[in-house]
Amino acid sequence: MRAYLVRRLLALIPTLFFASLIVFSTVRLLPGDVIDQMIAQNDIGSKASREALEAALGLDKPMMTQYFSWIGAILLHGDFGNSLWQQSPVLDELLARMPVTFELGAMALVVALVVAIPIGIISAMKQDGWADYLGRSFSILMLSVPGFWMGTIVMVFPAIWWGISPEVRYISFREDPLGNLAQLAIPAVILGTALSAITMRMTRTMMLEVLRQDYIRTARAKGQTERGVILRHALRNALIPVVTLIGLQAPILIGGAVIMEQIFVIPGMGLLLLEAVSRRDYPVITGVFLLVGVVVMLINLIVDLSYGLLDPKVRYR
Amino acid sequence: MSAHSTSVSAKAALPAAVNRALRGVVRLFREKPLGAIGAVIVVVFLFCGIFADWLAPYGINQISPVNRLKPPSERFWFGTDHLGRDMFSRILYGARLSVIIGLAGATLATFISITLGVVSGYFGGKVDMIVQRLVDAWMSFPELVILIAVVSVVGPGMYQIIVILGMTFGIGGSRIIRGAVVSVRETMYIHSTQSMGASTWRVLWRHILPNIMPPVLVLFSTRVGSVILVESGLSFLGLGVPPPAPSWGGMLSGTGRTYMYLAPWLAFAPGLCLTFVVYGINVFGDALRDLLDPRMRGSR
Repeated sequence: MRAYLVRRLLALIPTLFFASLIVFSTVRLLPGDVIDQMIAQNDIGSKASREALEAALGLDKPMMTQYFSWIGAILLHGDFGNSLWQQSPVLDELLARMPVTFELGAMALVVALVVAIPIGIISAMKQDGWADYLGRSFSILMLSVPGFWMGTIVMVFPAIWWGISPEVRYISFREDPLGNLAQLAIPAVILGTALSAITMRMTRTMMLEVLRQDYIRTARAKGQTERGVILRHALRNALIPVVTLIGLQAPILIGGAVIMEQIFVIPGMGLLLLEAVSRRDYPVITGVFLLVGVVVMLINLIVDLSYGLLDPKVRYR
Repeated sequence: MSAHSTSVSAKAALPAAVNRALRGVVRLFREKPLGAIGAVIVVVFLFCGIFADWLAPYGINQISPVNRLKPPSERFWFGTDHLGRDMFSRILYGARLSVIIGLAGATLATFISITLGVVSGYFGGKVDMIVQRLVDAWMSFPELVILIAVVSVVGPGMYQIIVILGMTFGIGGSRIIRGAVVSVRETMYIHSTQSMGASTWRVLWRHILPNIMPPVLVLFSTRVGSVILVESGLSFLGLGVPPPAPSWGGMLSGTGRTYMYLAPWLAFAPGLCLTFVVYGINVFGDALRDLLDPRMRGSR
């Protein structure tokens, strides 16, 4: 297990290197001089001279030097640079915003699983019955409804009909845990139902596969209750690919969180990114970009490691 | 169906490809009724997009201050917005925008997927290793986050969006093509072609490419839906196609949103159309996958 973990962590290095290269080059090498755009579209240009700006971004040095000084500062000092707007360290901002997005993401994931797994199981147990058709139609429909439209509808219609509009000021978990959960509940439900569609389909497919196995018949033959057969024998075996899917959905979840944070004005990483984009605050953009990539990679690593807990047959070598 | 009647009169003259396509359509309707519904939605959507100029009762940006924020009526089927523009016409033009972006983005994405997938899968070895690590790294970023970061540099606009969406989905999709290439590469007919001394180019073009067409077609069809959905998401965030272009996502955001409280119909049409079209493409893509490539069943 430890050897496996070490190997997986080592294998992460080239991927991380490429990821950092992608982040670096996306924000710096694309057509259109960053400085020109900043001067044209921002009042930063009027405050500082072109040379000062280039020096602040380190753009006056060769590309290789720029890359290594950028990644070196992050790796050695955790220094993501300073925000061009507030002059404060980007890292502080990232650390402040990250838990909010995580909370939203975790809540959405819980919603997705709570919706998807029972429906998936019932759908598989009653294959081609009305419950199955209902569940599947719901799933395909949820795949097609854009989250931002649902969010807009949820914002607009209660306001028109009942004069209710969600709190725009963010309530942090520390000052009011219940208020905070209530505030995040609606975006989490929207995000979660969208996510549940794929999970539900996967649960159904895997359950159907597992329920055909010999050991399920054996379990039934020895007099195990149906509940026991489903929960202890079938579900546990069907769940492994579903867990992989959760790992694969991490990027979708974070992408969706960006939109939800924008609609419901939740100060997470997504909103930070959008604010930074509107101000062309490149150190912040690069910081969020890189952090999100690293987080997704770690989630996938954790997912891989969790197989051992779900399936004792899996040995890490 | 006019195509059917011509197929009777000039059957012999019909190229084999058309004949095959027609038989495919019949099979789709017979075996996959839900997929056929999806196909009908897709056709209607394409029709609206292509003929928006003829179908739309009003101009794309025809402002009429007297008629601002009118609810749906006989004159304005979907109502009007805060500038008095007819929503129905804008939805039709929005379909055209989505058709252009969806098809162009998905075509570019498929092209990139094929290039990367074939190079990585066929040549294998170090090339494969490096390309796959790059793809790994790329896929650990949420599409939307990459897109937002890139748009922050190149600025919003239709062409930028097509190129960026094409690249993003193209790199992600290359995995599927690579898988298909790897399984084809080891077949007997490829080995025999190679041993007969066929050039690498010939093997790739004449033997590998035709045999990976089913996953390519499925990938393309599902990508059209993804591209449309993500474009509308970006436009909703104000980072896609800038107004006054009638992007469905853009109509739901910005100024449109502030008037929704007075004119709730503004919120309905763009979202419903988007849902319908993406639903159609999804179901059609699923059916296509089941018919063309049974191996991929349940992979999504």
